[in-house]
Amino acid sequence: MNLNVIVHAGISTGTILLIAAIGEILTERAGIKNLGVEGMMLLGAMAGFKIAHETGNVWLGLLGAIFAGGILSLLHGLVTISFQADQTVSGLSLTFLGTGLALVMGEGLTGLTTPVVPNYTVPILSQIPYLGEVLFTNHNLLTYFGYLLIPISWFFIFKTKPGLHIRAVGEKPAAADTLGVSVYRIRYLYTFIGGCFAGLAGAAISIAISPGWYSHLTTSGQGWIAIALVIFAQWNPTRAALGGYLFGMLRRLLLDLQGPAMLLGGRNPFFYNHNLVFFLQMMPYALTVLALLWGSSGARRKRLGAPAALGEPYVRGERGL
Amino acid sequence: MGLRLEFQKRTEDHPKWLPAATSIGAVLLAFVISGFILKSVGADPLYIYSYFWTASFGSWGSISDVVVKATPLLLIGLGSALSFKMRLWNIGGEGQFYMGAFFASMVVLLPMVNLQTTPKIVVLGLMMVMGMVGGALFGFIPGVLRAKYNINEVITTLMLNYIAVYWNNYWIFGKYSDAGFQMTKMFPKVAWLPRLADYAKQYKFFSGITLHAGVIFGLIAAVIVWIILNKSRWGYKITLIGDNPKAARYAGLDITKNIILVFMFSGALAGLAGMAEVSGVVHRLQERISTSYGFSGVIVAWLAKLNPVAVIIVSILFGALIVAGREIQPSGVSFLIQGITLFLVISSDVLLKYTLRIERTGKHSKSIEPEAALTEEAK
Amino acid sequence: MNPIEPTTETFAVEMKDITLRFPGVLANDRVNFTLRKGEIHALLGENGAGKSTLMNVLMGLYKPNAGSIFVDGKRVSFNSPRDAIAAGIGMVHQHFMLVPNQTVTENILIGLDEPKFVLNLKKYDQKVKDLANQFGIQIDPTSLIWQLSVGEQQRVEILKILYRGAQILIMDEPTAVLAPQEANELIDTLKGMARQGKSIIFISHKLNEVTAVADRLTILRKGQTTAEGITLGGITRESLASLMVGREIIFNLHKQEQAAGNVVLELNKVSALNNKNLLALRDVDLCLREGEILGIAGVAGNGQSELVEVITGLRECTGHILLEGKNIANKSPQASIAAGLAHIPEDRIGVGSAPNLSLTKNVIMKNYDHEPISSDWRINYTAADLRAKELKEQYKIQAPTIETQARKLSGGNLQKLILARELSSKPRLIVAMQPTRGLDVGAIEGVQELLLEERTQGSAILLVSEDLDELLSLSDRIAVMYEGEIVGTLNQKDADINTIGLMMTGSLRGDSSCSPEEQTTPAQASAEEPTSEQEAVTTFTEPRQFDRSKIVPMHRPFMESKREDKQTDDEGGE
Repeated sequence: MNLNVIVHAGISTGTILLIAAIGEILTERAGIKNLGVEGMMLLGAMAGFKIAHETGNVWLGLLGAIFAGGILSLLHGLVTISFQADQTVSGLSLTFLGTGLALVMGEGLTGLTTPVVPNYTVPILSQIPYLGEVLFTNHNLLTYFGYLLIPISWFFIFKTKPGLHIRAVGEKPAAADTLGVSVYRIRYLYTFIGGCFAGLAGAAISIAISPGWYSHLTTSGQGWIAIALVIFAQWNPTRAALGGYLFGMLRRLLLDLQGPAMLLGGRNPFFYNHNLVFFLQMMPYALTVLALLWGSSGARRKRLGAPAALGEPYVRGERGL
Repeated sequence: MGLRLEFQKRTEDHPKWLPAATSIGAVLLAFVISGFILKSVGADPLYIYSYFWTASFGSWGSISDVVVKATPLLLIGLGSALSFKMRLWNIGGEGQFYMGAFFASMVVLLPMVNLQTTPKIVVLGLMMVMGMVGGALFGFIPGVLRAKYNINEVITTLMLNYIAVYWNNYWIFGKYSDAGFQMTKMFPKVAWLPRLADYAKQYKFFSGITLHAGVIFGLIAAVIVWIILNKSRWGYKITLIGDNPKAARYAGLDITKNIILVFMFSGALAGLAGMAEVSGVVHRLQERISTSYGFSGVIVAWLAKLNPVAVIIVSILFGALIVAGREIQPSGVSFLIQGITLFLVISSDVLLKYTLRIERTGKHSKSIEPEAALTEEAK
Repeated sequence: MNPIEPTTETFAVEMKDITLRFPGVLANDRVNFTLRKGEIHALLGENGAGKSTLMNVLMGLYKPNAGSIFVDGKRVSFNSPRDAIAAGIGMVHQHFMLVPNQTVTENILIGLDEPKFVLNLKKYDQKVKDLANQFGIQIDPTSLIWQLSVGEQQRVEILKILYRGAQILIMDEPTAVLAPQEANELIDTLKGMARQGKSIIFISHKLNEVTAVADRLTILRKGQTTAEGITLGGITRESLASLMVGREIIFNLHKQEQAAGNVVLELNKVSALNNKNLLALRDVDLCLREGEILGIAGVAGNGQSELVEVITGLRECTGHILLEGKNIANKSPQASIAAGLAHIPEDRIGVGSAPNLSLTKNVIMKNYDHEPISSDWRINYTAADLRAKELKEQYKIQAPTIETQARKLSGGNLQKLILARELSSKPRLIVAMQPTRGLDVGAIEGVQELLLEERTQGSAILLVSEDLDELLSLSDRIAVMYEGEIVGTLNQKDADINTIGLMMTGSLRGDSSCSPEEQTTPAQASAEEPTSEQEAVTTFTEPRQFDRSKIVPMHRPFMESKREDKQTDDEGGE
């Protein structure tokens, strides 16, 4: 139990949630709720692992994962944007489909090895006392990508023209439409981009942060936690990052709690009764629910909510046009 | 010249047979598409499908297996159908199933009654009640969170699924473990649901037929859910809230109460399925008693268009898929087919709202005349 | 401005033989329309005549099935609003197309080529400000849309178009949401813009307003042109009305004088918050008697919705609401219904009906738990169907069968369905919000007749409407709301549009006691309005005119308090 180790590992595993959540934020800001993150992540994890294994090139693996997630998300786009089907059900079926595809195509990958995304220590920044050690030393390259993603996505959403258009389409699609902004095109685009991020997040598990293919256990519900994180973060990338990292640290803390015989000067119950570990394993999921509960009261207090048109299909000629 | 697909909004009601036709079409098409996917990963789809058939409907024994697998799907599918009718996305059938199994098992494991002296009917009755209580409890939590705090029930029910599995594991690995195995001791016969095989002495035909009384619960539940939806005040309220919650509130309905009630009812059915599984099939509490029944139940309900009678038929189809799928490689095939089916079903719903017109585009088409004129001018 | 040369003139817009078919409806049938440069051209027609559709065709939102469009003499074919905007056309939609949680400038910048990528809002705030000054429009570019009043939001819509350099402006029913004085201000602004060379299409269904603003007019009826580009000289209101409606009558309501009875509804110091947790009702006192219609006037968003919601049990409040002596404040909607309340909601589809359910299931919405529809836990659908059939007959609801889904009904028939359900319960109090909005003339008349009939039968009716003509012709008394307060109550015979208009903008306060006899009219109290104006309004012989110098500058303490709450949280960055 070393605080530095926990923070370091938390930032590392939190990156997975961070990438998936920011992708979902982009999708939801455009008014499309995609609950298929888990499926897209799993497919991405499988595709990344399989391609990296077969080609021996980890970068091709990442690309393949991004592509796999993106393609799968387009199905969601087709069904919800063009066919105006219910976004919740479509997202669910995307999860089933992604899981099914990943399991079928990932048959026999368990136990194999691949090249992985390398670790890297940033030359000067790593010298900063404490922060250098936990933030910039021996981290996976994707973790640094995550650092960059936070300000970039925030700036993109709130300070650029495409961001303005995403928000307009997610809040009041009819307004965007009457000004010549194509609601359909933007929704397809950001559904696709959200899928790409989910695919990348999957690959971040299987060929970077905790390499390997463990069938459906590879993601073990992280896609759903990412969606919860989006709500908790009130559709804001910086809050999603914070939440993702905290969650990552928590997971590591729970893992580390199992190790030592002594804890806080007393006998460690988890060491002596190993079955109590199940309660530790339960914690991430229970805490997700609690975080949503806490977040919901916060949201009500601040009168902030989801993008107004989230989950609503847009049809020209309806809803006041 | 080319072809253009055009959707036109239906001005009249769609034909009555159309929903059923789209569901059947979706299933057939799902098999075709899955076939191509299987082919592409090097498997032989025709062999797999023919194996599916013999493994599920090839003998009385396998048909009985299919019905046994269909029972939890039926119960969970009915619960899902009821909650979906209100547009509540309870996908926590898995967790509610486990909690039902756990609570029902407690009757035996604690034990709650003296298992030597209590009559079988009382033990089984108590297990049923406990199973439903367990499931309803795990429906109550997301119900309250949704009704009072407006927290997305998809996420909470999913998280509760994981929690229920770990909760179960704690007890079967620990206190009630059978000599360190990941299961409890076998229940005494008094806690077993009657099976056809029990009557093999009188009727030779029944030997080895594992079909248990749980399927009767399922059929009764189907009738009850049908009555609720089509004949009762509560069903009317559910339908009204599902179609337009604002109108329901305006009409004086208590939405909070009904959300919680529907969640609990839906959970109770899943819990009953869990009870039937431990008491009718495995006869102990153990790991992996569910092969994703909770999720398949969701698909069953949707494929059945939330119609309780159709749920019976669809759950048998999916039971077959599970029976055959458990021995087949690659292992995700049944998941794949389920996913594609659900996708196709919801996509096909567009046909209920729109008619599809295939239009030839060319200079004779009126609708693009202005464009044509413009390009001519441009030249 | 071009001199008018009828033969060789290049029109700003020329639409020829426009035909547009929606499934089951011929929305535009060989419609012709021309717009001269620098003119204000009124497009007149009832609701559903195809005015908005025609303009949406011009905006590139719909593609016509046949016909051609010329802008500045050049043939055009717009595939999207982007094309129309590029050709210099802009439209202010009836329902504003603004993103509520973005600033004025952000709303204006949506869809433009410039800025290219990074939004430099400071720079563009200044540009918006300059443009607004050029046309004499008052606006703060940094405010968020949801903090603005309806009138201010409309200014943003106009700026949005001007910013795009539009030469042609389409205004879809622009005065419907404004107080009369605000409407006049708008008309002045529009005339000013026309003088600066802009061509303006002014869509309306109000004859008096059109005659005040337009140089020429085109009339549509049931998708067809009945008058094309006529000038106003020598045309009587009656002939215009018949071109628009297709028959001679306009409104011929039978409202009898009758004495009001006992008090049915009484509000005592009722206050409530709106959805944004801001104070939306402030110490409202009201009373309403048997056989009386109390009209509530006010610009949209001044607390009318909240008032209706607290009475119907849909919103929490402080204070007392007595319905027939029983306090129904903060009880459930169920309690209000049980106490004899009928509610005709503003949003027919979103609140008043279950769109995907059958007529039957919509009809029993409020008595599904009473005999004979229901006993114990069961619903007797045979009895329910019977009931639906009866009401369908009695209220002449046009629908194929009682199995038909509510969403397939036309607006008028849906409203009849709601009225049938609400009025058949023999209510003591009817709360009707905008009961005729969006309906065609025939349907409007039907709804108004039904309300008057209920009045004769002794029901108390609270009528909230933004249509002052409707309020004046139906109400016995009119209460005016401004920023959550009742600023005055007038007897119908003393009320005139001008006084009400001044009250609606908070420039004038009146008395608001309950009993009709004690009412004094603020117009008389201030006694400054020339009587000829009042006549002008009530007899409709001349356009409404207001002396703007008399209007006291608006004080908006309420808006100020909203601004304090300004939230920038969405911008993120912890």
